[in-house]
Amino acid sequence: MDFSAFSSQFLVGLSRAMILFVVCAGLSFVLGVLRVPNIAHGSLYMIGAFATFTVTKLIAGSVGFWIALIVAPLVVALVSLVAERALFCHLYQREHLMLLLFTFAISLILGDLVKIVWGAEYRSVSPPALLKGTISIFGASLPRYNLFLLIVGPLVAVALWLFTNKTKIGKISRAAAVDREMVGVLGINVSWVFAIAFVIGCYLAGVGGALVAPTASIIIGMDHSLIIEAFLIVTIGGLGNMWGALVGSLIFGVTQSLGVLIWPQFAIVFPYIAVVIVLLLRPQGLLKAVW
Amino acid sequence: MWEKEERGLFKEVIRSKWFGPLIVISLVLFILPLFIPRFYTYILALIYVTSLLAMSLNLVVGHGGLFQFHHGVFYGVGAYTIALMLKKTSLPMWTGFIAGPIVAAMVGLIIGWLCVRLSRLYFGMLQISLGSLIWVIAFRWYSFTGGDDGIPGIPVPSLLSSLKNSYYFILIILVICLILMYMILKSPFGNTLQAIRDNPQRCEAVGINVRRHQLIAIVIATFFAGIAGVLFVALERSVFTDLLFWTLSLEIFIMCLLGGWFTFAGPILGAAIMVALRTFVGIFTEYWTLILGIMLILIIFFLPEGVMGYVQKLFKPGAKGVAERGK
Repeated sequence: MDFSAFSSQFLVGLSRAMILFVVCAGLSFVLGVLRVPNIAHGSLYMIGAFATFTVTKLIAGSVGFWIALIVAPLVVALVSLVAERALFCHLYQREHLMLLLFTFAISLILGDLVKIVWGAEYRSVSPPALLKGTISIFGASLPRYNLFLLIVGPLVAVALWLFTNKTKIGKISRAAAVDREMVGVLGINVSWVFAIAFVIGCYLAGVGGALVAPTASIIIGMDHSLIIEAFLIVTIGGLGNMWGALVGSLIFGVTQSLGVLIWPQFAIVFPYIAVVIVLLLRPQGLLKAVW
Repeated sequence: MWEKEERGLFKEVIRSKWFGPLIVISLVLFILPLFIPRFYTYILALIYVTSLLAMSLNLVVGHGGLFQFHHGVFYGVGAYTIALMLKKTSLPMWTGFIAGPIVAAMVGLIIGWLCVRLSRLYFGMLQISLGSLIWVIAFRWYSFTGGDDGIPGIPVPSLLSSLKNSYYFILIILVICLILMYMILKSPFGNTLQAIRDNPQRCEAVGINVRRHQLIAIVIATFFAGIAGVLFVALERSVFTDLLFWTLSLEIFIMCLLGGWFTFAGPILGAAIMVALRTFVGIFTEYWTLILGIMLILIIFFLPEGVMGYVQKLFKPGAKGVAERGK
């Protein structure tokens, strides 16, 4: 194993971790503020990817992808807003197990709706002209698109941090995560705070879906393989903790891509082993959970 | 003393209100294959297998209060064990039927032992990651498990070669398992388990080893799940990796929810609804999960205790709602 293979594999792992992070940050945000373990998050990610496909199909050229990057998450946000106002908002008081099954029901419905709208064939999106090809960093060759992901991930982290710490609505939602009754007593419409927090979390799922579109084939069932990874990441990071989601994603993405070098056939075993080790050593997650 | 206790338990089975209906229903089901078409016999047998699986989950979830998120793995392990033994070894065939549940229970012991030290959601997450490990291994180890092709065409004993015979086999095993489960739930162990579900702190305070009880419950439940896996192979004669995937585990959860968490027979009803829905709605439209999702949401909104729980409440209006009991 030479060094350049190692470092390029490492960078690919990092960039995959960035997509995971964007999705998991949304999931973690919803978990933290609303206490809803949202299985439908994966379906929203899938909708984001399919919407990206449609937009790039409609608008030819590389500008299509950039527009899709803005439009697809908004579509997802709209879907989630409708779902929240119609269904979720009546159920926040239920126990977690019920919520889990409820969101699974939503994901079943969304999955079939995607099948009805887009069909069950493989779809693919090509990256914009600017991000095609590879570049070399320290002797390791890396697709330009992955470099783009490595830039976007931290940007999303910073934006989310600014939102939760510097804006009023972000501060209110953090307060609601700790004590929702007290926030209500202060005269704040908690119901709408929850709706906004939910939509923001789901918007991030849409961003993740749009980002993943050029790197993977878009297919029914991509939601199921993602959501389980996302839940594990959020759990090992610490429920509701955004930086925990980042740490978890890095562990997951990097162990998987480095596993390819060690034992290609069983590369996807490594992240699960990492999760098991973390949960056994630190059952409450690596960073502080808000629960 | 043990003997006395067991005789008492058996008396309890015979005296219980479920016993009469069980005998009648199983007699009816016994003669049913003589009159109905082959396809329906198959569907009924599939319902039995699935209900045994759902009942085994309900043992730990409904009665034990554990977040057993990846129960499907033990079903799959049982099925894969017998499949591999029948296909790859020349041991006598009955050994496979015994090894399936035992290996499932052993995997349950290992995973359960690791999981019981965590609580609630973390318990479930650790179980999902351990279960996913098993799924990945079955999925990728082509030379041993056949990967995502699964193992088709498993030879079964000549006794089970016809559908009718395997129907009877499955029915008999199901009835035995139901009686055993009922006895377990009515035993002191079962009562302790339900007490732990309702108030773990107090149970710990009176000196009950909470984790050990939970672990034993997991092992028992996974043993029954292994039996369900073996029955699945007896019926289908093939295994595939979907048996180990986590969506199946959630489907089993849904069966328990549909039928009713805290009722004994609820999961059977849930499994029947689920299999029937998949089969008969699946004939008309490929979008049967859409229907399932809508049904599930309606149940969660209007019948949070499941169909069976709702019916029980109709007959016993004074009984305290079970949904509140857990809190």
